[in-house]
Amino acid sequence: MIILLAIAIGSLFAGATYLVLRRSVVKLILGLIMLSHGVNLLIFTMGDGVRRGAPPLVDAQGQPPAGAADPLVQALILTAIVISFGFTAFVLALAYRSNQAVGSDDLDDLSTTDRL
Amino acid sequence: MVFHLFLPIVSPLIGAALAVLLNRLPLASRLIALLSTLINLGYGLWLMVTVPASGPLVAQASGWLAPFGISLVADGMSALMVMLAALLMLTTIIYSFFSIDYERERHFYYPLLLLLLLGVSGAFLTGDLFNLYVWFEVLLVASFGLITLGGSRDQLEGGLKYVVLNLLGSTAFLFGCGLMYGFAGTLNMAHIAERMATLTNPGLQTVLAGVFLFAFGSKAAIVPLFFWLPSSYHTPPVAVTAIFSGLMTKIGVYSLYRVFGLLLQNELAIYGPWLTLLAGLTMVIGVLGAVAQMNVRRILSFHIISQIGYSIMGIGLASAAGLAAGLVFTAHVMIVKMALFFIGGAAEQINGTGDLKRMGGLARREPLLALFWFLGILSLAGIPPLSGFIGKLILLQVGVSQQAYLITAVAAATSILTFFSMLKIWNEVFWKKSYEDVSRLPRVRFGLLAPGAALVILSVALGLLAGPLVEYNTIAGQQAFDRDAYIAAVCGVDGCEAVYQAAVR
Repeated sequence: MIILLAIAIGSLFAGATYLVLRRSVVKLILGLIMLSHGVNLLIFTMGDGVRRGAPPLVDAQGQPPAGAADPLVQALILTAIVISFGFTAFVLALAYRSNQAVGSDDLDDLSTTDRL
Repeated sequence: MVFHLFLPIVSPLIGAALAVLLNRLPLASRLIALLSTLINLGYGLWLMVTVPASGPLVAQASGWLAPFGISLVADGMSALMVMLAALLMLTTIIYSFFSIDYERERHFYYPLLLLLLLGVSGAFLTGDLFNLYVWFEVLLVASFGLITLGGSRDQLEGGLKYVVLNLLGSTAFLFGCGLMYGFAGTLNMAHIAERMATLTNPGLQTVLAGVFLFAFGSKAAIVPLFFWLPSSYHTPPVAVTAIFSGLMTKIGVYSLYRVFGLLLQNELAIYGPWLTLLAGLTMVIGVLGAVAQMNVRRILSFHIISQIGYSIMGIGLASAAGLAAGLVFTAHVMIVKMALFFIGGAAEQINGTGDLKRMGGLARREPLLALFWFLGILSLAGIPPLSGFIGKLILLQVGVSQQAYLITAVAAATSILTFFSMLKIWNEVFWKKSYEDVSRLPRVRFGLLAPGAALVILSVALGLLAGPLVEYNTIAGQQAFDRDAYIAAVCGVDGCEAVYQAAVR
């Protein structure tokens, strides 16, 4: 399981790096989304649930059964997902507006603020 | 346990909500913004009086025991930063009264400022690594709103770069948080610091320090991660540029101080020389980048980067004295940099442009503005008796006493270059004759002059009365570097591990 996850995380990071380095704004944003997925999965592997194959559950009395996994990583990922969801929405809206203003999807055309 | 530690977070939050509700009444939202910020300022000042004597103040959210819940910790460094954030926000709000157009006010300008203050105060006070990430996102999303509010082509272009590169930095921070949790099994900063001393995997600690250096370095705009700053900072209104220059990069600096001073202090032995190298490069490249620019705010933006180098030098020196010196300098530069943006922005508004070639003649037309600008650049360059002199002197003293001669020489040389670069603005904007008839230009409004002037006067006062400032920051530097005292304050004298083990059983 952990090897599969490691391969998945590595692929996500590799794909994200490739996309972030592209000149197209849309691909850049897709790269950012992929990167956040990679990081979320990485946090997931940091808990002991993956390694021990145990669920992060409590029994009817609210006590964790023997060998239950650490639930904190799930909480962290949930927070991170919500945040990256909000940011993705914002970046997409921003990219749409800048596409309207500039009339191009090419990052090289977005250089007026750097010109002397 | 002091629950009022939540006040600087709650006050801007409630203020922002009320300001959104009363958005139709511009005067009401202005007053709310002013009031929330004043509460934070008062509380920050009280913290600064209390904390040096009492040691770090701690509050536990919802009463959870320390390594399990989220702790809020106010030590000397946090108290100073909370106070400065509120002070700088106060001047920005007053400057905004006279410079922000009605359309921006109507589209939630003041609530965004308060949300920025919320995120900044939270980031300075939190004692939990993941919580620090959350506060970073809070202040980032407010800053995204502020930098793109208005939606001109320049703002959208600069905003896109700002947003994308900051998101990359945040993702790196999240990556570091995840690795840290896997490595140390906790996210409470005091608990991490305690476990770092006993965990034996130096390789992974070094990797973690590298991830955090990348994450916070990109926020602080150190070389080579600064490119988002000069391409975006000159696009929003002056008030927004000014508050960004005062707060945004300094949060990166604060986080580097916290992470390397507390969590990964062991790594300073390895990273110290590299941090010093980056500090020197940041100083020189920042100031040289300004040479080619011919716009007031773009020149000042490059100087932000250059000054960050001095703050990083403080942590690169890897000692409590270095941290203290870096804090004195950071406090000085936050104040003076914002003053220069305010005054430069006022000059820009009089001339109707920030282009140096088309400005001029303001020394005769607006002698007060010129006077405060001149005092500001003297302070930034480090001429006695202004606050910049004290900040740089202490940094150089610590540098010499630790035999870091090269970085000390670079820091001194950069001061001269900074002064030359600032004189360029002085010559072009204030000294040279204008091609137009200056008497036709509008006079500067008092509201645009006063915030910058007040900050310059504060800088003069801090230079003349440097004793208390240096004393305070010496204690703050020691507190930031003293892991045992921090752990004892957060988790009790037995330490976090004892609490953790007792609760787990």
